[in-house]
Amino acid sequence: MAEIETHDYDVLVIGAGGAGLRAAVEASATGARTGLVCKSLLGKAHTVMAEGGIAAAMGNVYSEDNWQVHFRDTMRGGKMLNNWRMAQLHAQEAPARVMELEEWGALFDRTEDGRILQRDFGGHRYARLAHVGDRTGLEMIRTLQQHAVHRGMDVYQEVTVNRLLKDGDRISGALAYYRESGRMVLFRAKAVILATGGLGKVFAITSNSWEGTGDGHSLAMQAGADMIDMEFVQFHPTGMVWPPSVRGILVTEGVRGDGGTLKNASGERFMFNYIPSMFAAETADTEAEADAWYEDRTKRRTPDLLPRDEVARAINSEVKAGRGTPHGGVYLDIASRRSSEYIKRRLPSMYHQFMQLAGVDITAGPMEVGPTAHYAMGGVKVDAETAATTVPGLYAAGEVAGGMHGSNRLGGNSLSDLVVFGRRAGEAAAQYALGLSTLPSVSEGEIAERSAAILKPFDGGKENPYTLHRELQDAMQEEVGIIRTNSEMQSALGKIDNLRERLGHVQVEGNIQYNPGWHLALDMEHMLLVAEAITRAAVERKESRGGHTRDDFPGPNADFGKVNVVVRHTAGGLGVTQEPLPQMPDELKKLFEE
Amino acid sequence: MPNAHLKVWRGDTGGAYVDYDVEYEEGMVVLDVVHRLQATQAGDLAVRWNCKAGKCGSCSAEINGKPVLQCMTRMETFIPGETITVAPLKTFPLIRDLVTDVSWNYRVAETMPELKLSAPDADGHRRMAQIDIDREQEFRKCIECYICQDVCHVIRDHPENMEKFAGPRFFVQLANVSMHPLDQNPAKATVSHGFGLDYCNITKCCTDVCPEGIHITDNAIIPLKERRVDEYYDPVKALVRKVFGGGDKK
Repeated sequence: MAEIETHDYDVLVIGAGGAGLRAAVEASATGARTGLVCKSLLGKAHTVMAEGGIAAAMGNVYSEDNWQVHFRDTMRGGKMLNNWRMAQLHAQEAPARVMELEEWGALFDRTEDGRILQRDFGGHRYARLAHVGDRTGLEMIRTLQQHAVHRGMDVYQEVTVNRLLKDGDRISGALAYYRESGRMVLFRAKAVILATGGLGKVFAITSNSWEGTGDGHSLAMQAGADMIDMEFVQFHPTGMVWPPSVRGILVTEGVRGDGGTLKNASGERFMFNYIPSMFAAETADTEAEADAWYEDRTKRRTPDLLPRDEVARAINSEVKAGRGTPHGGVYLDIASRRSSEYIKRRLPSMYHQFMQLAGVDITAGPMEVGPTAHYAMGGVKVDAETAATTVPGLYAAGEVAGGMHGSNRLGGNSLSDLVVFGRRAGEAAAQYALGLSTLPSVSEGEIAERSAAILKPFDGGKENPYTLHRELQDAMQEEVGIIRTNSEMQSALGKIDNLRERLGHVQVEGNIQYNPGWHLALDMEHMLLVAEAITRAAVERKESRGGHTRDDFPGPNADFGKVNVVVRHTAGGLGVTQEPLPQMPDELKKLFEE
Repeated sequence: MPNAHLKVWRGDTGGAYVDYDVEYEEGMVVLDVVHRLQATQAGDLAVRWNCKAGKCGSCSAEINGKPVLQCMTRMETFIPGETITVAPLKTFPLIRDLVTDVSWNYRVAETMPELKLSAPDADGHRRMAQIDIDREQEFRKCIECYICQDVCHVIRDHPENMEKFAGPRFFVQLANVSMHPLDQNPAKATVSHGFGLDYCNITKCCTDVCPEGIHITDNAIIPLKERRVDEYYDPVKALVRKVFGGGDKK
């Protein structure tokens, strides 16, 4: 076997978005020798695309806000399927994490008295999202990036991890390749933190970049970790729908938080027709009350700001009923409701994005929007306090971890999730690693075998990786999308099997140097496994809840409200079981009795 | 569907432009056409991209000689039938096709001073008026596409200056630290060190190409130059330094 470049770390962090950067900062501060690996250049991770804000009950705008209200909103948004302890820690710790970002240089928009301003978002009772216009993710990633590079860690940019390595039951490192040179690199590590984000690229219409291929989900499964809630995929209600090339690109919920409203082709504010009983008591049922709510919190909130799963389903129904726009979406109108100056100040990048990409002036006319695959609620099962997975030495934080958001994530709860659990993962992984006296060993044979397998797409097939990817995306979009049925999902499973077989005959052109076709061929293995996990979990959950809607099982089922669907990778393939949800203590249950 | 005629740089420094005809549709941007080319004719075509919405700054390239984001350049902006030349950023070492080695920027980033904020108020909050942070928020819009670095003739024409010149992107970052209302860094940490600021002769090339519309020259570089002059070329201060010592002008 040729000599492989090798690096040793106490803690290896995979992924350099908000969760990975925060984890690496904490691991380093805890005293662990830390390496950070990312698929793109530093600062380009998906966090950069987050727009609306970071949810934290600081009470700067409404002093009535506190962690209990935030916790309650989060659990109800997730249809009570959340890991209660994660939701509690998240609500309690988010304010301190936001203040810490400010300490490190983030410049959030300000209130009149100079504190951090907070904006309204779907499912949050009070204006709660600290933000910077509509580019909060950029602010967050740049702040963390600039802080991290002064904290003495090694950063490996444009490096893709292909396999996690184990020594017996415990994690021992990761095998990766440099995208630039195509050369392999071995990381031996006592602990590994997965912070790889999401899996949107298994769907055709998605807000995700090329990176969202579910690598972390797949790496964890292959390493034997339990996955939960894989059936829950968030379709963000408002993605761009036209022109075709921008279909799926995110339109921030902040448009609605700042006064924008959804209308169908005949100009009707249709969300009033889709208020579910769970939220009826607190949702306005007239336009007058909804409009008054923006200024007067004794009024009930506008249904435009129902949780994302509700809004996405409503849009889907309107379009299916023939009340959609010419390009198959609905209208999102802020132009007729707020001044041009206000819109440009509050939503500068939306203004820019629509003007440049669609030739639409959002201060003069409505946007056309429709649902786009945005976020994976499901992921690696973790311990709430430590972010430890079921594999010793393996941790997971951010989107790749499951449990925090239950069946549906509230907007703004992702950025806070990243820093709350990124920090916890970093600290716990470092302490675990510092407690081990020696590096676990890696298997030379396994490394040699993987190093050869990685090069296989260069010889002897006929399948085009881009074509295989497109076929997977179309199958998942059509058959495991917003509305699901058993027969369609069985069909999707058949297609996934077929694609996996064809991936064995994939052929890429060129050489190993910066070759996107080759990288896609390797990512496809992850995407197929993740697509299968989503589909198998979705078949198992015979009810509709949050980001999982079954045409053949409409409505929630109380029994399924008590369990997580768990997916486990075994020698015989992916196995699916049900496990009871952890039970919250009585004092927290009281919060839901009003 | 009409055909776009593209000339795309293929290979490393020994490479060449290759001609391609690619079908395109209404509303497409250059990056879409490059992706279609990749999926149908050139599977190994190297190109960086992430967000496809002008937010991440990954897909910078020189299109018909002008440095831009491929994801924000619509096909409608070209005359039908016009040859569209897509080249990598010229200032940075070429890796392959449209991908360049921008690691120099990350090395410069490590030399930037960190903010040192004053302590928060007794209730734990830091108070800043919105009007006092409007300009720093403009600086923080930077998406690190490095187009300003690419176009800056101080390094574009003289790569040897990279050793002593941070470039417009980092002058924006310095200005952010220097003008933060709560920053406690001494002036020498930001303006006096210089970072090659004196090489800039304010031709505004960087401002012209910034996809975020940051007024790099007017709002960042010129105020930094003024502060530097105030700090180091003030004759009274210079005399005080001469008599009493101090200062660490480079």
